[in-house]
Amino acid sequence: MAGAAAAHAGEVEVLHWWTSGGEAKAATALKATLQKQGHTWKDFAVAGGGGDSAMTVLKSRVVSGNAPAAAQIKGPSLQEWAQEGVLTNIDAVAKAGKWDEVIPPVVASIMKYQGHYIAAPVNVHRVNWLWANPEALKKANAKLPTTWDEFFVTAEALKKAGIIPVAHGGQNWQDFTVFESVALGIGGVDFYKKALVQLDPATLSGPQMEKVLTTFKRIKDYTDKNAPGRDWNLATAMVIKGEAGMQLMGDWAKGEFIAAGKTPGKDFICTAAPGTQKSFTFNIDSFALFKLKNAANEKAQQDLATAIMSPEFQELFNLNKGSIPVRTGMKMDKFDECAKQSAADFAADAKSGTLVPSIAHGMAVPAAAEGAMKDVVSQFWNSDKMTAKEAQTKLASAAKTK
Amino acid sequence: MSASRAPRSPWLPKLVVAPTFLVSFLFIYGLMAWNGYLSLSASRLLPNYEFVGLAQYRTLFENERWWVALTNLGIFGGLFIGGAMALGLLLAILLDQKIRGEGVLRTIYLYPMALSFIVTGTAWKWILNPGLGIEHLMHQWGFENFSFGWLVDPDMAIYCVVLAGIWQSSGFVMALFLAGLRGIDDSIIKAAQVDGASLPRIYWRIIVPTLRPVFFSTLMVVAHLAIKSFDLVMALTAGGPGYATDLPATFMYTMAFSRGQIGLGAASATIMLATIAAIVVPYLYSELRSKS
Repeated sequence: MAGAAAAHAGEVEVLHWWTSGGEAKAATALKATLQKQGHTWKDFAVAGGGGDSAMTVLKSRVVSGNAPAAAQIKGPSLQEWAQEGVLTNIDAVAKAGKWDEVIPPVVASIMKYQGHYIAAPVNVHRVNWLWANPEALKKANAKLPTTWDEFFVTAEALKKAGIIPVAHGGQNWQDFTVFESVALGIGGVDFYKKALVQLDPATLSGPQMEKVLTTFKRIKDYTDKNAPGRDWNLATAMVIKGEAGMQLMGDWAKGEFIAAGKTPGKDFICTAAPGTQKSFTFNIDSFALFKLKNAANEKAQQDLATAIMSPEFQELFNLNKGSIPVRTGMKMDKFDECAKQSAADFAADAKSGTLVPSIAHGMAVPAAAEGAMKDVVSQFWNSDKMTAKEAQTKLASAAKTK
Repeated sequence: MSASRAPRSPWLPKLVVAPTFLVSFLFIYGLMAWNGYLSLSASRLLPNYEFVGLAQYRTLFENERWWVALTNLGIFGGLFIGGAMALGLLLAILLDQKIRGEGVLRTIYLYPMALSFIVTGTAWKWILNPGLGIEHLMHQWGFENFSFGWLVDPDMAIYCVVLAGIWQSSGFVMALFLAGLRGIDDSIIKAAQVDGASLPRIYWRIIVPTLRPVFFSTLMVVAHLAIKSFDLVMALTAGGPGYATDLPATFMYTMAFSRGQIGLGAASATIMLATIAAIVVPYLYSELRSKS
């Protein structure tokens, strides 16, 4: 048996940017699965939450003809990479694993290029979460907000109690993450789709967007002065320690709470961002699979794809990462309250059509337009002079970036 | 025996130098040309060679972020070059007064140059961060109203970059000027002293003007540092808050490598190259002409 495994053993090199506490644990789980099958795992982790630096490294590798087996790429970027002709077809693996039956069509369509699977989905993240420290809320005698109006009441109470109301990391993608939750909460699903997925110019410059921007900017008054440049996990740590009351961040933040030994519902609260209870902004991590030259490595690559979609790995991985399995119909017994709620909402929203792609996390629009809009939102957040009207004009013109 | 001094065959030295010359030609001018070509192509995620003319340049100059980067380069370049040169010259003049412990002082002043811009940026990031550095310290000392939040203020953050840049480079400028000062003939100064000129006057009218060549070579070094400055911004502010401290170099990096707009990034790189050429070419021309 060992001999047979060794004969087929190849090397998989996997590019990812899971380097913070909870994430690193999740990556280790994948490594263990592959090593059990006799393959060599070559870790290719590049630090940096947004993955910008990882992409730079990846591009230089691909251009020099030395692509890794798999790389963490997602959303419309998958299509861009596929257009460059560097991704491999994994229909055989998908067929053997009955992917079409176990993952929702909305997810499958992102993983396919011209009808062929070119990537394996790993997990589903919900982005529109609000994290809160119950002790801090109790100290401030404030309640968990369900609308944006309540949010500011709570924030004011926290401020009076001497607690930083909102833990924020002032990096442009984090500004954009908050913005996206506000847009969904204030404008609703249809507005979100029109403005931030279809990039409709009228909606982007309409009155609803002005309200979104004004509300978004109000949040800044409740963040601390040191926020610019802070990493998201450090902001989460502030909520964990009780220095800050709330944080608007995707459910990868939960991994940090868990890694710090906290229990959901008791030590921290997860709830949908204000006004977004009946909708779900998804961020799906996936591994794009590159064309390789060595047959043994190709075999290892296919085993990697199979392993990623196996129920055991999906469970193990997502338990560590804080996200939920991309496979539907999985048992959620071992998952915590937050993940159970997330999974139930994902299934319900998939049916009701209120599942929307996260623009801040590269799921909604191509990288160039996303980047330009992210710039505008971040500039608006940081500038004391720009009005919401001016920001709208800029946002509408940024959306035209091709 | 004079024949043995001449090379045995006239082509041998050329042959020895040729490979190095070829390689540097290929990797400097070849890559410059490639970048220039990419800036005229429709390259996005990976390089491709579909010709689109000057479209990337048009997009570039319509891009607001590029204008922020250029403005910042103006502010940073002007203040950094001016500040480093002025401070460097001042330090050199002060050190030139034949004081005790000059060696120690010189080492201290020159020391920042031994650090990389990454280290400088990170250290200043801590010093200037309101929650960790100067402001925090002042609050602890009891000055509760003290406020120094330049690093997190989009209008002021670029001056933090200037500050750290000057701190890093003025010691180096000082060393160059000091070498220049030491090279000046003592007798001229003595003659001026005999004529009754005051020390500041001697410096202003005689010594500093004779430093002209040193002045120009220092300017060259510092100016190109300013234009290619990338690591300092990345370590200190990462271009933020927002993109308030973006410089052309960081703009190029973002567009080419994280936004999938390689063509646009190449266009901005070409502009940077042209800017440096605009400084270097006239300088080289004047230098070479005066020698012949």
